[in-house]
Amino acid sequence: MPSLLAERTETQLNPRQAQAAGPRVRTERAGRARAARWTRGLLGIVALGVVWQLAPTYGLVDPYFVSPLSEVGAAWWDMLTSGRLWEHLSASLVRSAGGFLLAVAIAIPLGTAIAWYPPVRQLVSPVLELFRNTAALALLPVFVLVLGIGETSKIAIVLYACFFPILLNTISGVESVDKQLLRSARVLGLSSATTFRKVVFPAALPTIFTGIRIAGAAAILVLIAAEMIGATAGLGYLINYSQYNFLIPQMYAAILTTTALGLAVNYGLVALERRFSRWRS
Amino acid sequence: MASLAGASKIALRDVRQVFRVRAAGDRAAHEFVALDGLDLDVREGEILTLVGPSGCGKSTVLDLVSGLSTPTAGAVEIDGRPVSGPGLDRGVVFQQYTLLPWRTALGNIEFALEAVGGRRKAERRRVAHEYLELVGLTDFADRYPHELSGGMKQRVAIARSLSYQPEVLLMDEPFGALDAQTRERLQEELVQIWRRTGTTIVFITHDIEEAVFLGQRVAVMSTRPGKVVEIINVVLDRTSGDADIRSTAEFAAYRHQIWGHLRQPAPAYRAEVHRVA
Repeated sequence: MPSLLAERTETQLNPRQAQAAGPRVRTERAGRARAARWTRGLLGIVALGVVWQLAPTYGLVDPYFVSPLSEVGAAWWDMLTSGRLWEHLSASLVRSAGGFLLAVAIAIPLGTAIAWYPPVRQLVSPVLELFRNTAALALLPVFVLVLGIGETSKIAIVLYACFFPILLNTISGVESVDKQLLRSARVLGLSSATTFRKVVFPAALPTIFTGIRIAGAAAILVLIAAEMIGATAGLGYLINYSQYNFLIPQMYAAILTTTALGLAVNYGLVALERRFSRWRS
Repeated sequence: MASLAGASKIALRDVRQVFRVRAAGDRAAHEFVALDGLDLDVREGEILTLVGPSGCGKSTVLDLVSGLSTPTAGAVEIDGRPVSGPGLDRGVVFQQYTLLPWRTALGNIEFALEAVGGRRKAERRRVAHEYLELVGLTDFADRYPHELSGGMKQRVAIARSLSYQPEVLLMDEPFGALDAQTRERLQEELVQIWRRTGTTIVFITHDIEEAVFLGQRVAVMSTRPGKVVEIINVVLDRTSGDADIRSTAEFAAYRHQIWGHLRQPAPAYRAEVHRVA
């Protein structure tokens, strides 16, 4: 079995050699490793499914508290066909997407402005640090108090949870732009606005995206928790409701739906990030 | 083009550059004199190399000529007009690779042309290809900087700086981070490019051989405060094609002469730091 050491230290072609070998080549071993990686990954998922199915069936865990995967699947299908799943999922989607997109729309321009002017940055940095370290859920009672228990408070708490990762990453991305790139932009006589558009923003984008990915995960986490506390629809509500009513397979089905949602959000954002940073190794 | 040499393109007159510094644990501000009484003339169409020990203020000189900073005292002039800021009449190649990592080799050259303006996209692309060809990287047009070797990146940087046809090319130890072989090849290529374009080049280096090989004149700087202590005219027969100029007796003599100037002991740091009253 190849170890990390063997895999990472494999000889690679240098740029001239790669050019001579032809366009888009990779070494034979790298090609095989890729196929093996996919196969093994799939195997791991299947193994988890088998364990989940067999452990309750053979009494390794209490089948009443951990339903076998097949029952969870049946409950999920049932909710899907009856339209109840979509009802809860869409409620969650609207809230998390709303808060998340608002955070993106506000935090990126604001973070940019803060980073562009060092005195502003120095003024607000400690304040932002305070806010960032205040857990969003700790503020949920405040949001409910001020905004009520309706949609507004849920969107607001998602917005809050998403806002700071994006804002802080935007600030750090913009302020840590390579000083040599700025010097070459100045030498070319670029205006501040053009320098920002063509140099600073593209340079900061990978860091901003890291913030956006963190925000994507935070959006779902915070929303599920908020829905468990005060809601009449949504995946968090569905999980809690199912547990109260001993609908255990349905509870797991709802949990798996949040997993799927999390995966979709994360991979969607990763794909988007890749689209914008194809230039990276 | 070398026949046009003579007129003064860049002039530095009695330039003084002072930085305010504050030592750790010391409340008083000090003046650190980087350059003092520096005089230098660069003639139109020549390659002038500026050689000196590390930290002597070579890059400070380049910052002044490029317009990134202004002198504390004295004058920096181009064609008799004082330098008031960066301008497209001057191109700069830095030691660190300053390519935009999210743009391809071609895209990086187009970046400079966008900054200059006045050309359509297709026209910019054509010009960029032309300059990529000048540095021998036609096959690498679509590569991103991380897919290029150090020498290739510096070729792209040179092509980028030449693409908008500046009258002066300022180079700050551009080959310093390259291996010896690549460095020699790029030095030869630079001389060829210079012959073709006739651009005035100011080339900063701490490598004596590089200074002699490239420079028609070599300005030797002393350290702290930095000033030009000697200007040496280099006359080497470069017309004989493949001949290895670096191993000739004349080359060795120039090398030794400059080595002698640089060897003089540098004054201690403290001696040049004056307490501000």
